[in-house]
Amino acid sequence: MLTILALASIVLLGIVPQQSEAIVIYTGWERHALVGSDIRLSCSFFSWRWTSEDVTFSWSYRPDGARDSISIFHYTGGAPYVDNKGPFRDRLEFVGNPARRDGSILLKNLDYGDNGTFTCDAKNPPDIVGRASSVRLLVFEKVPIQAGVITGAIIGAVLGLLVLIVVIYYLMRFLVARRVFNLSVSKHGRKGKGKEGSQQRQASPLDVGSLTTTQRQQLTATAHKHRTTQVIDGHLTPPPP
Amino acid sequence: MLILLLGIVFLHVAALVLLFVSTTVSAWTTGAARSSDLWHNCSTTNGEFHCEPASTGEWIQAVQALMILSIIFSVIALIVFFCQLFTLQKGGRFFLTGTFQIFASLFVMSGAVIYTVMSPKWVAPTETLGWAYILAWVAFPLALISGLIYVILRKRE
Repeated sequence: MLTILALASIVLLGIVPQQSEAIVIYTGWERHALVGSDIRLSCSFFSWRWTSEDVTFSWSYRPDGARDSISIFHYTGGAPYVDNKGPFRDRLEFVGNPARRDGSILLKNLDYGDNGTFTCDAKNPPDIVGRASSVRLLVFEKVPIQAGVITGAIIGAVLGLLVLIVVIYYLMRFLVARRVFNLSVSKHGRKGKGKEGSQQRQASPLDVGSLTTTQRQQLTATAHKHRTTQVIDGHLTPPPP
Repeated sequence: MLILLLGIVFLHVAALVLLFVSTTVSAWTTGAARSSDLWHNCSTTNGEFHCEPASTGEWIQAVQALMILSIIFSVIALIVFFCQLFTLQKGGRFFLTGTFQIFASLFVMSGAVIYTVMSPKWVAPTETLGWAYILAWVAFPLALISGLIYVILRKRE
């Protein structure tokens, strides 16, 4: 699939101006790890060209607070060269697959001194113009919760509760209003003839004109009783028509 | 009547602006070379100024959430106030607006209290608590008073 894409893009390269060619390197943004564990720092790139045989990967490391970075890994000419003098000697291993554009490394037995920024730079000749990408490593005693998880959870919970309360409030109002109407309609149905009663139940809820005056008084009385309870709540709702 | 209305709205908006500024400005703790707030720790070292995301502790995230919630509730209170202004019956009270505003003030208070309690751990001895932190404490009574006024206020004309 990728090769078909690469083929199509190379065909299009005749039309596309040359400045759009650039290699794009992807690493993570930040990695968290526990002391003593291993971590795999991934690095891959996107390039419009075929993966050449002279593809190179290089990793460099800048400790937290330092200004200079040192080179710790280099892959060139088909062979990886790991750090054998610096802070990662005997702790670095190449686990990438250059043919698949993967230049990942494995760091073993992490320590607090490994906190810092790791930069991956890949070159795919003739596509060599590109920006290196950095990933920050943080070593903890125990892995903390991701930034923003608790924040989002608290905000979501409170807002969800608010929405729930509003929905329940309107639901209760709707149900109580319906029960008030059903109560008055069933009273009318019981007093009147059976057929008339069933006919009344099918009428629209706002159709009070068909009721007799006494039943209309009963309906407004129950609605009024309902309204006084609502005033105690502190909300004044307009009377039902 | 109009003056009273304008005054109340001004108070509410003032509390809201204070909440906003306090949440977003990076000045909760200030030191000689670094300042930090709920979101970033910024420091000036060797002439360059760079910021890192704040420590991912549980409590700082709780403070973040509470400050954001207080802003949201205050905005909702403002919207509900304008709704109730036009739909409330004469003699009615702005209970809903007052409730939201009081909740906003409670959230600010909780956030500021948590930050104060955790300040021995978050504020190094060489640093002091900054003005954004003080703004949060000022916003709390302002929002509380605003909410209480809404609860007491009755709609006229």
